[in-house]
Amino acid sequence: MNTTELSAAQIAAQVAAGAITAENVAGDHWARIEKVEPRLKAFVTLLKEPSLAQARAVDVKRAKGARLGRLAGVPVALKDNILLKGVETTCSSKILKGFRAPYDATVVERLKAEDAVFVGKTNLDEFAMGSSTENSAFFPTANPWDTDRVPGGSSGGSAAAVAAGCCPLALGSDTGGSIRQPAAFCGVVGLKPTYGLVSRYGLIAFASSLDQIGPFTRTVEDAALALAVFAGHDPRDSTSAAEPPARALKGLAGDVKGLRIGLPREYFIAGMDPEVEQSVRAAVELLKSLGATVRELSLPHTKYAVATYYLIAPSEASSNLARFDGIRYGFSQRQAQSLEEVYEASRGEGFGPEVKRRIMLGTYALSSGYYDAYYAKAQRVRTLIARDFAQAFKEVDVVAAPTTPTPPFRFGEKTGDPLAMYLSDIFTIPSNMAGNASLSVPCGLSRSGLPIGLQLIGPAFGEGTILRAARALEAAKPFAKIDEMRPSLAA
Amino acid sequence: MAEYEMVIGLEVHCQLATKTKLFCGCATDGFGAVANTRVCPVCTGQPGVLPVLNKRAVELAFQAALALDCKLADVSIFARKNYFYPDLPKAYQISQYEQPFSQHGRLECRLKDGAAKVVRIHRIHLEEDAGKLLHAIGSEELDHSLVDFNRGGTPLIEIVSEPDIRVSDEAYAYLTALREVLIYSGASRCDLEKGEMRCDANISVRLKGAEKFGTRAEIKNLNSFKNVKDALEYEFRRQVEIVESGGKVVQETRLWNAEKMATFSMRSKEEAHDYRYFPDPDLVPLEAKPAWVAALKAGLPELPAARRARLTSEFRLSSYDAEVLTSKKEVADSFLETMKLLAPEDAKALANLMLNTADFSPIDAPRMAELVTLTRRVITVNKAKELYPELRASGKSPKTLVEEKGLAQVSDEGQLREWVKAALAANPQAAADLRGGKERAIGSIVGAVMKLSKGKANPGLVNKLIKEAVNAGA
Repeated sequence: MNTTELSAAQIAAQVAAGAITAENVAGDHWARIEKVEPRLKAFVTLLKEPSLAQARAVDVKRAKGARLGRLAGVPVALKDNILLKGVETTCSSKILKGFRAPYDATVVERLKAEDAVFVGKTNLDEFAMGSSTENSAFFPTANPWDTDRVPGGSSGGSAAAVAAGCCPLALGSDTGGSIRQPAAFCGVVGLKPTYGLVSRYGLIAFASSLDQIGPFTRTVEDAALALAVFAGHDPRDSTSAAEPPARALKGLAGDVKGLRIGLPREYFIAGMDPEVEQSVRAAVELLKSLGATVRELSLPHTKYAVATYYLIAPSEASSNLARFDGIRYGFSQRQAQSLEEVYEASRGEGFGPEVKRRIMLGTYALSSGYYDAYYAKAQRVRTLIARDFAQAFKEVDVVAAPTTPTPPFRFGEKTGDPLAMYLSDIFTIPSNMAGNASLSVPCGLSRSGLPIGLQLIGPAFGEGTILRAARALEAAKPFAKIDEMRPSLAA
Repeated sequence: MAEYEMVIGLEVHCQLATKTKLFCGCATDGFGAVANTRVCPVCTGQPGVLPVLNKRAVELAFQAALALDCKLADVSIFARKNYFYPDLPKAYQISQYEQPFSQHGRLECRLKDGAAKVVRIHRIHLEEDAGKLLHAIGSEELDHSLVDFNRGGTPLIEIVSEPDIRVSDEAYAYLTALREVLIYSGASRCDLEKGEMRCDANISVRLKGAEKFGTRAEIKNLNSFKNVKDALEYEFRRQVEIVESGGKVVQETRLWNAEKMATFSMRSKEEAHDYRYFPDPDLVPLEAKPAWVAALKAGLPELPAARRARLTSEFRLSSYDAEVLTSKKEVADSFLETMKLLAPEDAKALANLMLNTADFSPIDAPRMAELVTLTRRVITVNKAKELYPELRASGKSPKTLVEEKGLAQVSDEGQLREWVKAALAANPQAAADLRGGKERAIGSIVGAVMKLSKGKANPGLVNKLIKEAVNAGA
């Protein structure tokens, strides 16, 4: 048995039962990583020796008769904007090259407490700004289904790693779709929890009012398991909800009989890929055949979401990224002769073009004289978008929609046109604006064999409900196994 | 020449008396400590950290606002003030901008002539302090600068007055009164030497009677109340000269140079920072829940004005004595504690002892009360003052010390009569004057007795016995 085929829940159960050792699990996964990574390039840091040592420690713990955690021996990858103490954390940016995390993120602490094993840090669009992982300052990551195509972004490395069998669980962050869009592109489950459900402490901030950490998994059950482990109140994050994860996960059990699904008109737009539309509608029909009811509805302010997002997210980013100034950590231009030069040269050389573009956008939007017209107004529109959802959830339990307008695109296809790139998040951004629960679950393959994702959106703390719907779909239409993936990786 | 007046508004930063910083658990006792020993990932702005508001800081801030008669906002918002500087590790300061936690207060100040002046408080907001740059180590200038983040993240309140101040003495009185109220309320220790109270001044000039304000300059780097007064006077003259010579005052920030006794332009309005304030998404709105505020209000200690009133009414002290006693909270506290152990008629003696002892700093109430009791008959008030430093340093009881030193006052009339006789004999002129009815001459005889008795003679008895002796024809 190759344990790379197993889910996180299966690995943990079998390690706890003594059927397999954590060291074997880690060994299998390292064989897989070493096989696919040269073409995949999902990781910016590999932690082979530390992870093997961690795995052996789990085995020792079991041998001593201690109770093992819920993720015993489960190989986990972390997006490289989440801090793992002692390990370099770069945000795939030159400006953080050499920065070693001085502490563990809260999610990392919680994973450690459940005996998870960290295999590496994954690639991302620099500072999580992008939709293809092409904005990584180091290298692009390939889509395991077609290595000529992007894995999506910004959490492309995490999505690709899970899809390619390098680990059954990886963490990402979602500010405007950075978990769901790459999950859809890579054919895995990706969950963006309700804002506040998961602590942001130790996640390098992009846009603080939108960022949420969430899991990539190959099964819906694993997504629920991961969430149960790392969600929940954290006194170090003032925006973290008092809500216990168990409440958010309520409604996970059972079928979809009587589940009310809404299809928002605004998410089925002219110009979207017909195969995506077809596949999403077919998945909704499948849920209907399982007993769900389906109705159309309207989320009228959806059309403003992208514009609003590109005011709020860059504004917050311009402030969040100001601390990377070449003074205390990361890249510092030592040739500089004055303080101003240290700032200008360190930031000028340390940040890539997309990051600079967004810092400039945000700086402008917050400037005196423009604040009311841009940032303040965007916040008001954001309220309207949230109200759309609140209205919808009076009538339905789940909103179903495509995760992305198209299947994964080719490298370079959109890099010359930032706006086209921004629009690939058009369906995912509204949930970040509203702060509600949302996930992407694979719902089919295009004729050319590329994954397509169904987005299931729930109200705040409605994770249990959307996971239940996703699981019903998963049971009725099993996802492709890793081995069935594109020959480019299987070879 | 036309008569001008200044229009002054003051912005005062005070460090709140918390044990820990505003958004992390680091200690606030870093003044004078080894650099960067009171730091953590949060207050050094490491990637990924988040602020968590210190509840105690909010309580102290609320107490300060209540003590200054401010209205507390039901909800206030933390905002980021964005600018680059090496002492600001996040490159933004967490402060409050559009919705501060309190507004519309007032403070009554007492001027030198005893008159009262009310200065309205425009607003008070909460914010974190920056770190400190070091450009030299000892006397050695560095070719680079170092940063010490011990102070970074310390909780401050900024108290912004309305432009109600018209002369530099009023500014001085306002700062003095503000400091007293903040210390009494427990909100701040206001230790000026540790930089726990810092002031910026906005000043403009206009013709007396004019309604419109002139263009103001903001003056920074005022690190003592005297600096504030001097800088305002300098700036008044500078601005009046400009206006008188037909020029225009420009809106700018100026730095006070205490050595040169002058202000110098730091940056013009055009060069002013655009701080790009926006609500901090890492913090939730701060709610002033009514029950919480009511409890804080109820727990507010007695403030200087109320205490002064009590000292004059309840203890019959002069308003001058009450004023001086209350100007140091620990002295006034000690006075009240000690009075609990004494009779009401001892108030004057206690106040006298406290106010006339050089560099008075309180000891515990039981010993203080014992000392006052001793001045009734055992030692003179002057002896008590002399004894005080040793009493404080040794921790001994006043009685023990008096006994050890053999200082007990002599009230034995036989002994006293001998000294009086000797004193009269040794000062024939004064003795003659006294017999001749010049009552004032008694002073030198008393002095001589005191000298003979090494200060131990009971002065009341000595007076009586001299008079007796003179009347008896001695």
